[in-house]
Amino acid sequence: MNLNALWEYANPLKFMRTTERLLPFFAVATLIFFVGGLIWGFFFTPNDYRQGSTVKIMFIHVPSAMMAINIWVMMLVTSLVWIVRRHHVSALAARAAAPIGAVMTVIALATGAIWGQPMWGTWWAWDPRLTSFLILFLFYLGYMALWAAIENDDTAADLTSVLCLVGSVFAVLSRYAVKFWNQGLHQDSTIMKVGEKDPLDPSYYLPLVVCIAGFVLFFVVLVIIRTNTEIRARRMRALLARERLG
Amino acid sequence: MNLELGKYAEAVLSSYAVSLVLIFSLVWLSLRRSRKVKAQLDEVEVRRKQNG
Repeated sequence: MNLNALWEYANPLKFMRTTERLLPFFAVATLIFFVGGLIWGFFFTPNDYRQGSTVKIMFIHVPSAMMAINIWVMMLVTSLVWIVRRHHVSALAARAAAPIGAVMTVIALATGAIWGQPMWGTWWAWDPRLTSFLILFLFYLGYMALWAAIENDDTAADLTSVLCLVGSVFAVLSRYAVKFWNQGLHQDSTIMKVGEKDPLDPSYYLPLVVCIAGFVLFFVVLVIIRTNTEIRARRMRALLARERLG
Repeated sequence: MNLELGKYAEAVLSSYAVSLVLIFSLVWLSLRRSRKVKAQLDEVEVRRKQNG
């Protein structure tokens, strides 16, 4: 496989043509996995013997938390591509992904608080994972604010890429906070612990995997739409600037 | 089918409601901006062609 062929998609026109051709397939797959997974999780899974029906919150909370971290990782990769190779599409893809990541972080925080109240007896605790997630959300806000505040696209891409590198520390901390500090209310992930002590019950495993796939596909569809919008907006700004110059 | 939400019904339903509202809002805002930018760009392109 020739990896160098990937760089062809750094051409905005080629990127838009290819992604717009793929979009309907991803959209249909998203509908199937996202809606199917949530219906499966909500209607067809048993209540947990300890957590009761609150276990159903997992089908939204876990995928959104995973996406919140992984979207930042995607932004990190595309920011690095921008820093190293100066491809505009990669910087614009990072910009397009940020609001989706921010919404995923809010969903993870909100559903975590709603789940935590009956289980832990509190909406919020300054627990390592919760706190690092809150900081990650602030980084998302800062990242979007920086893009909006700087008029020159290249300068904005440079500065937001640096911010993305710094924020990656908190993306990693959000993921591994429970392991690093081994304290707090939030438990460690159980999805990869099938066959180990205290694993995720098999009746929840498959619907959760389908929900995660649904959230990933949802992200792919939305990031394609939003990246193409950013590419068009950038072209429009360039044309308007040319018009103003005469 | 298991819909016995019991005493946690409020927590479960509000979690799903909050999440779905946020997700649909994000989709709606993204599509609205996409349509708007596309229309604006088309307008600029047409003007550019007319002006040579």
